[in-house]
Amino acid sequence: MENLFYTLQDFYTHTKGVTYVLMVGILVSIAFFWKFLAGNDDD
Amino acid sequence: MSDHAATNGRPLLTPFNIVAGIIVVVGLILTVLRFTGGLAATTNLDDYNPWGLWIGFDLLVGVALAAGGYVTSAACYIFGMKRFHSAVRPAVLTGFLGYALVVVALHYDVGRPWRLPYPFIMQQGTTSLLFEVGACVALYLTVLFLECTPVAFEWLGWKKARALAVKMTMVLTIFGVILSTLHQSSLGALFLIAPSKLHPLWYSGYLPVYFFVSSIIAGLSMVIFEGTLSHRAFHDKMDAVHLEERDGVVLGFAKAASLVLAGYFFIKVVGISADNNWHYLGTGYGAWFLVEMIGFVMLPSILYAVGRRDKNIPLIKWTAAWTVLGVIVNRFNVSMIAFNYHLPASDRYFPHWMEIAISVFIVTVGVLIFRWIVTRMPIFYEHPDYQDSH
Repeated sequence: MENLFYTLQDFYTHTKGVTYVLMVGILVSIAFFWKFLAGNDDD
Repeated sequence: MSDHAATNGRPLLTPFNIVAGIIVVVGLILTVLRFTGGLAATTNLDDYNPWGLWIGFDLLVGVALAAGGYVTSAACYIFGMKRFHSAVRPAVLTGFLGYALVVVALHYDVGRPWRLPYPFIMQQGTTSLLFEVGACVALYLTVLFLECTPVAFEWLGWKKARALAVKMTMVLTIFGVILSTLHQSSLGALFLIAPSKLHPLWYSGYLPVYFFVSSIIAGLSMVIFEGTLSHRAFHDKMDAVHLEERDGVVLGFAKAASLVLAGYFFIKVVGISADNNWHYLGTGYGAWFLVEMIGFVMLPSILYAVGRRDKNIPLIKWTAAWTVLGVIVNRFNVSMIAFNYHLPASDRYFPHWMEIAISVFIVTVGVLIFRWIVTRMPIFYEHPDYQDSH
């Protein structure tokens, strides 16, 4: 893994890129999870 | 002495009372040993591991599981969810006893317990996290005590004092939420000072956030768990309103716990990603981390959601117990299991049996005081003189 990074900038570009992609997935997942959780609400 | 010479016509020599009595006697003997022989006589603590079970369980777990007080009173009084009102008094009482026993346990753990008030009167370091935790716990314990006073005043028949105490409810609730937000997170922040000692999978700059969010989960689950046990033991003490509202409390808290657990799972994943710690997941500690994350976070989140959708009360109650266990596992991981992970096995900490016995003793004392109070004071029912006064 360490061979992938040559500078601190490389490291942060990689980790932040992965994190941002994850965040988009999480936001979408939370919406679906809320729909599942509150789907049967009658109040 | 007759084995029926007890209060409320209940037999004195029940299996619970016998076991609790033995634990209390052993605990008192060990207490004498601790305060005469010192920490070395009763603990496995050393310079590598100055914080052991009494911090990991009695303090970290105790504070987290006592979070039901601020969670429930905030839901009822600040967010106006009056359908949870019947859960407030048991939750606040559990919180008060939890915090009171945390302070009792600290006397065992701190080498010179008579110096516990020193942060307030001796030192200048008010920027210290330990000072902040100490100040918040002292203030919040006072808040919880004041929140409990209407119950005692109703029992004593002190109507004017009770009216004054009830008027303070909203202020105390807001104060309680602020103090809890501060010290629940600060307990996690205490470990920020040890980035080289805590395993990277548990260490994160977000530790204060993790501790605060997981305290909400602990509080919600503990209210359901404690309510389940109380339902079995004190069913005869509960009035019709309490029994009617019970399922609504369980379903409402399950929904909240499910969502907060999902959020907690995601912020933990973001923490792993932000520190680029993915490669640790393939190690032994990684496997244990995945057990915690999938078994004690993702699984209960899904089970709570299914239980809430299907209105499956037994499933929710079991999930609450499982989640409480998960919070214990998390605090143990941060404070003991993943702490000093790099040390050789010979230098790792495992609690002395006397440390475990003292912790069991303190929990038992809490349960006994809880039982003493709820069998005498209006915790699970409205006092006849004050019905419809909320």
